[in-house]
Amino acid sequence: MTFWEWIYLPAIISGMFITIKHFFGKKTTISYPEVKREFSEIYRGLHVLKRDDEGRERCTACGLCAVACPAEAITMVAAERLPGEENLYREEKYATIYEINMLRCIFCGDCEEACPKEAIFLTNRIVESGFEREPFVYGKDVLLEPLDKDKRIDISKRQPKEVIEFKKNKKFAHNK
Amino acid sequence: MATSVIIFKTILLFVIFLISLVIAMYSTYAERKVAAFMQDRRGPNRAGPIGLLQPLADGIKMFMKEEIIPWNANRTLFILGPSIAMTTACLTGVVIPWGSDIVINGTVYSLQIADLNIGILYVFAMVSIGVYGIMIGGWASNNKYSLLGAIRAASQMISYELAMGLSIVALVLVTGSLSLKDIVIQQQGIHWNIFYQPLGFLIFLICAFAECNRAPFDLPECETELIGGYHTEYSSMKLGFYLFAEYVNMFISSAVIATLFFGGYNMPFIHHLNISANWLTLIGTFFFFIKILLLIFFFMWVRWTLPRFRFDQLMNLGWKGLLPLSIFNVFLTGLIILLKNYF
Repeated sequence: MTFWEWIYLPAIISGMFITIKHFFGKKTTISYPEVKREFSEIYRGLHVLKRDDEGRERCTACGLCAVACPAEAITMVAAERLPGEENLYREEKYATIYEINMLRCIFCGDCEEACPKEAIFLTNRIVESGFEREPFVYGKDVLLEPLDKDKRIDISKRQPKEVIEFKKNKKFAHNK
Repeated sequence: MATSVIIFKTILLFVIFLISLVIAMYSTYAERKVAAFMQDRRGPNRAGPIGLLQPLADGIKMFMKEEIIPWNANRTLFILGPSIAMTTACLTGVVIPWGSDIVINGTVYSLQIADLNIGILYVFAMVSIGVYGIMIGGWASNNKYSLLGAIRAASQMISYELAMGLSIVALVLVTGSLSLKDIVIQQQGIHWNIFYQPLGFLIFLICAFAECNRAPFDLPECETELIGGYHTEYSSMKLGFYLFAEYVNMFISSAVIATLFFGGYNMPFIHHLNISANWLTLIGTFFFFIKILLLIFFFMWVRWTLPRFRFDQLMNLGWKGLLPLSIFNVFLTGLIILLKNYF
């Protein structure tokens, strides 16, 4: 150890120069909520239960998303489609109660990958904060997308090109 | 003493007490802001404009928490610990000359509450009693780890008091008086003691860091993060007292350093302005506070730059490094004074 290292003071002074440089430098904090961070196009946020082109709900309450969920955040109650409801639901079984506990959800997207009916997707909407726990169990009123064609939620960014091509082919029963 | 002087001193007492509390309060805010800026982030800026009401929020939080006194703890001593720490921290501000004199209607009011002729010794006495606050707090907690933390803190503070005292001895050799007022009066204009005692200043500064349990010597505090320190078992206002007493100590240490080495309320060239003596006093006091605030910033700057010392490194520095150095400083000062008188 040289003499200058041994007395430690030059190292202290050089360290203090570095610190004061950071003091006057640019800060990396993002002042949320005035400034929001940019998200990527495929950011995984709030879920949406999609409808098909005719406005029928795609979800058939098969439960694969609930099984796939690593945080066990999804629960559902299934029901049978009554004869007058063919325009509401695609198949004979549908979910009357579909709940995702947003405090348990880790936004991994496993439910979206597991769904065989392309019913659930993650959008880039952020889940708003709150003070109590109960309001965070989101039901179909929040998750299901609106019937109105203008208000549908665009999830084309979350589907790869092959899937979009597949969906254009009306011969497959999945797409009818 | 005339009644008007007594009334003035009482008012001054309250004013200085309030100022030290307010400055300590905003030191907590400044600490967080300075720490944040040095770490490339913003610090508290939500409570009030740029976060200025944050200390108020912290104070309210402290009041509203639950007071827990451990079952087997010694109740009297448990409450006495933080009280001693806070009291001695505030008592030290009595002898510091906050400004020169104000003359109203012929009566001279000095901006110093008590001009003791042993001013420096009084400061040291109060700092030494402050060690008791920590020791009693650690003992009364009925917690092994608190006791260990308190013993370490006490041994650290005692070790560094020696070197501090000796560096002051050299300063007193130069000045010839222990009274703080005389020390400041002798630093007229640009003759600040830092130019006459640079080594003494360095030693005193390092010891001031150790006495305030700050910066690289904050082992008593760090043990709070690890296992426990002397304030593990404390909650609510008693903890608030301990933490607050540390900031008051920092403020008073800065004031003492500014008084001893940076000329106190003296500033060069202000005598060239032809204004009345009272205004000069006020300007001097204003500059004194500027010096204190810059020193407090320096304390914080060093804290967020350096990693903390291990306990054996700390003890080595105190006993094997600073003590011989301060003895050498005394010797050197005496030699130079002798030679100056000889020629």
